Amino acid sequence: MIDFEPTPEQKEAIKVAHEFAKELFRPISRYYDEHEHDSPQELIDTTWGERNKGTLALGLDVTASLRIEELCWGDAGLFLCVPGPGLGGAAIFASGTKEQLQRFLGSFNEGEPKWGAMAMTEPGCGSDTSAIGATAAHDGDEWVLNGEKIFVTWGKRAAENPGGLVVVWATVDKSAGRAGMKSFVVPAGTPGMRVEKLENKLGIRASDTATLIFDNCRIPFENILGNPEVKKVDKSQTKGFKGAMATFDATRPIVAAMAIGVGRAALDFVKETLEKEGITIRYGMPKQKLTALERDVMEMEANFKAAKLLTLRALWMMSQFQPNNLEASMAKAKAGLAVTKITQKAVEIMGPLGYSRKYLLEKWMRDAKINDIFEGTGQINMLIVARRVLDYSRDQLK
Amino acid sequence: MISFSPTEEQQMIVSMAKQFANDEMRKIYRQCDENGEIPHSVIDTAWKMGLTSSSTPEEYGGSGGEHSAVTGSLIAEELAWGDLSMAMHILCPAVFAYPLLEMGVEAQRKKYLPLFCNATYKAATAALIEPRFGFDPYTLSTVAQPNGNDYVLDGEKCYVPLAAQADLFLVYARENGSSQGFIIEKSTKGLEVREREKNMGIRALATYDISLANCRIPKENRLGGEKGCDFNRIMNRSRVALSAMAVGVAKAALEYSRDYAKERVAFGEPVASRQTIAFMLAEMAIEIDATRLMTWEAAWKLDRKEDATKEASLVKAYADDMVMMATDRAVQILGGHGYVREHPVELWLRNGRGFVTFDSMAIV
Repeated sequence: MIDFEPTPEQKEAIKVAHEFAKELFRPISRYYDEHEHDSPQELIDTTWGERNKGTLALGLDVTASLRIEELCWGDAGLFLCVPGPGLGGAAIFASGTKEQLQRFLGSFNEGEPKWGAMAMTEPGCGSDTSAIGATAAHDGDEWVLNGEKIFVTWGKRAAENPGGLVVVWATVDKSAGRAGMKSFVVPAGTPGMRVEKLENKLGIRASDTATLIFDNCRIPFENILGNPEVKKVDKSQTKGFKGAMATFDATRPIVAAMAIGVGRAALDFVKETLEKEGITIRYGMPKQKLTALERDVMEMEANFKAAKLLTLRALWMMSQFQPNNLEASMAKAKAGLAVTKITQKAVEIMGPLGYSRKYLLEKWMRDAKINDIFEGTGQINMLIVARRVLDYSRDQLK
Repeated sequence: MISFSPTEEQQMIVSMAKQFANDEMRKIYRQCDENGEIPHSVIDTAWKMGLTSSSTPEEYGGSGGEHSAVTGSLIAEELAWGDLSMAMHILCPAVFAYPLLEMGVEAQRKKYLPLFCNATYKAATAALIEPRFGFDPYTLSTVAQPNGNDYVLDGEKCYVPLAAQADLFLVYARENGSSQGFIIEKSTKGLEVREREKNMGIRALATYDISLANCRIPKENRLGGEKGCDFNRIMNRSRVALSAMAVGVAKAALEYSRDYAKERVAFGEPVASRQTIAFMLAEMAIEIDATRLMTWEAAWKLDRKEDATKEASLVKAYADDMVMMATDRAVQILGGHGYVREHPVELWLRNGRGFVTFDSMAIV
């Protein structure tokens, strides 16, 4: 049955997450925006504890995305400090064996805060992940990794805090193209993996974005995710690459949920300010009678709804074990662009309040933009949607 | 629990409507548009599906199914995908019957609802829109004045579908500061059906100007009796129905232009293999899905008897823009071929532009 009512448990999850967003995230939001590489220790410890108690569980499901929306309503940069298996964990879930799941994630929640990161982007390759230059050489019972990875979200925390892990994408055979691309789990502190630098960014400054260097970094042979064999059957249809892409089907709606949180923060700010000024939005009025302001706010709200519902659908499909490649990209493309526009419009409408760093709105505008970039740019997601709509392969639609 | 899956029963109705749209409507839509008429046989066949009577309670002769806005939106999308004029014609009796079903007093329901549960199509209509700039359904120019045991109505209406063949009219008029519905039978003195309108789109649907001059009806013909009607809810039901139809039209445009773009070769490749075309199609697909989900959400709220004004008006405005974008792009993708009447996309563009105007012309 078509239904939009969250379960009582989900409502409770939303309420709890909202409280944390309000009480724990918002008060320190500005500080960590202005002290870029500081670590919000209290937030890390608290969220780690709550996460492991289940109150802030963040898996890949509808409930988690509802929580994530709330936490990102609080602060998206700080949300990206919340410890957990993260994108690295998502990659292991998508293509790891049962044994690997147990080995890498079985006791992840125990002890001190830990992070799991995914290292894919390189200086010379972003959206074209098949052009990865990092290498993995088979040597005895080990793999030897070499290469440079950039823009690794929470890469420093994952690489340096004991018990964490980084899932690294590298090629085992450059001549094999996509077929040679594999992913490897590198535990935190593995010799040969080091943090080269941290980026200074437009927004989500509380989140560390690291460059990781792999210099003869040795890991056990069984840390490879998926099949170690290189199958050169069909260059475009290969398992290693598919593993990476399957991960995206799960993570893109989650990023969309993050986007929605930021967008809602901006929308709420606009609506609260208008309310204080005694301005009400007259829903249902004919268009020609609306003010330009009302039209703007309604358009923002409609786009917000559109993005949110597409996101919920993609997540719902995932929870039903339905293939959601198309829907995940639809949600990500729409949400990334929608919140970018919503927050930019909000700054415009709020005028001096919007542009001032006295308020958080300008920060949300800067934070929002990342959602149109990471986990696949808006354009890459449009490309995926277009291929699915047209039933075209990557060779038919480049 | 949040879910995007229609019930099995809904899936059955949808597949029936889809098949009808494909097998019957799609065969004749162009000819209907050119001739400005729809063969009775198609309307009769559609009527036999029982789309209106199925949600009428058994005591009024219906089959007692649930009257659901969600189900209604699913059906409206499929029929509009087939053809908008025919969809509006087929579903037209509902613009009279559904407000009575939801808000009519017992005597009104008893008197009129059984008429819509017969084997043959029963034309009835509603009149809301007025022929002036700045039309606002909440401040109507048509007025209803109480006079003894009667109401006297005066005013002008336009875009009244099937007015010439309808026996029953639900006319909305201003009474004591609010918009209320009044049941007017065709024979009533002072009700005049004027010329058939000539519109840019929905040319197969017969719509008329009507005028009400000193049109006297008994007090019991006020929709909902003394309590009156929840006009806003009627508007919301209409917004949802029209949004669903906009999705259907846009989907037709997407599918046709997609298939064309895959066939049409330029510079040695199908034009669809260029991002400039492919991205247009991708955006159409995303916005169609988004609008559908927003329509469902507003419909779902209506089914829960909650105030859906915000959701319904947001999705309606969004759908108005979306269907324009999608149908315009379909024409653009076909280029010159899109502009000629050999292909359907120009028809969908003309129909698509109408949604901003079509208040109250469909209801779920």
